[in-house]
Amino acid sequence: MVKNSLIFIVLIGFAVLLADLFVGFNGNTDLNTLANHYAVSGPEEVGSANLVTAVVVTYRGLDTLGEVTILFLAAAIVSFLLKVEAGASLNRKLRSTSEILDTASRILVPVIFLFGIYVFINGHLSPGGGFQGGAIIASGLVLMLLAQPAKEVGHKLITLVESISGISFVLIGVAGVLFAAGFLDNKLLSLGKFGTIFSAGVIPIIYIFVGLKVGAELSGIITNLHENQNEA
Amino acid sequence: MINLIIAIVIGVLILIMAIIAVHHKNIVVGIIAAGVVSLFASILYLLLAAPDVAMTEAAIGSGLSTIIFFYVLNKIKRQNG
Repeated sequence: MVKNSLIFIVLIGFAVLLADLFVGFNGNTDLNTLANHYAVSGPEEVGSANLVTAVVVTYRGLDTLGEVTILFLAAAIVSFLLKVEAGASLNRKLRSTSEILDTASRILVPVIFLFGIYVFINGHLSPGGGFQGGAIIASGLVLMLLAQPAKEVGHKLITLVESISGISFVLIGVAGVLFAAGFLDNKLLSLGKFGTIFSAGVIPIIYIFVGLKVGAELSGIITNLHENQNEA
Repeated sequence: MINLIIAIVIGVLILIMAIIAVHHKNIVVGIIAAGVVSLFASILYLLLAAPDVAMTEAAIGSGLSTIIFFYVLNKIKRQNG
């Protein structure tokens, strides 16, 4: 009773603190200065039809590199904590999967992988990008592992794809310092015709590497958890 | 106007699902309710004209994190006997 009333008092306190914000709120009808700059001069400066991509990869490219690094750290910690002994996953008792799941996964998994690749290659034209495409690829892998639990996923391949795309991302950034205006500058390549697939400078290339990297990291987390299920 | 009504309905559904996720006795139901919260949130992002965020929320929030919760739940059950 005392505990509940204390929680109630704390909630009332929050409500009083936030009431001022709520009463004084009226939504912005026009963009602020920074957003206005992005919206007006973004298409000329970056050449990307999807302005969100222009902000994520070029204007705030360093933040994206930081996010990818954090995700890499998370995947590395998961694989460090869930070490699998060699051969441990071979002697597992598995229930056979249902006919529906098996057949559906055979048709759907290649389509999901293809859709993920489409999303990160077209990141500068349509909604989506590296993170979304990578997450879609990893969810395709989840469906595959649900349908065929005994399937072995190559750790070496995942590690290789992850490291190569991470190094390439940083190398493109360094090449921007040497040959263009600065780190991760997208004028390294010509901007091309606005709205076509070969446009927006290095944004498509960076997003392909980000997509592969995120997909490999999330797949690594899922695979590690999956192979670790039968150990106490 | 119709968008506002849909947004309010989805908001109420999110609240109901969140309460189920916290208070339901069966953990499996709780995990699925948490996934449904993310699914409704991604529809809400789509209505608010943020398709990029909606894609991330649908793939990671309701897909991958739900399956990771199930993997962890299974592992905890095995360890506790």
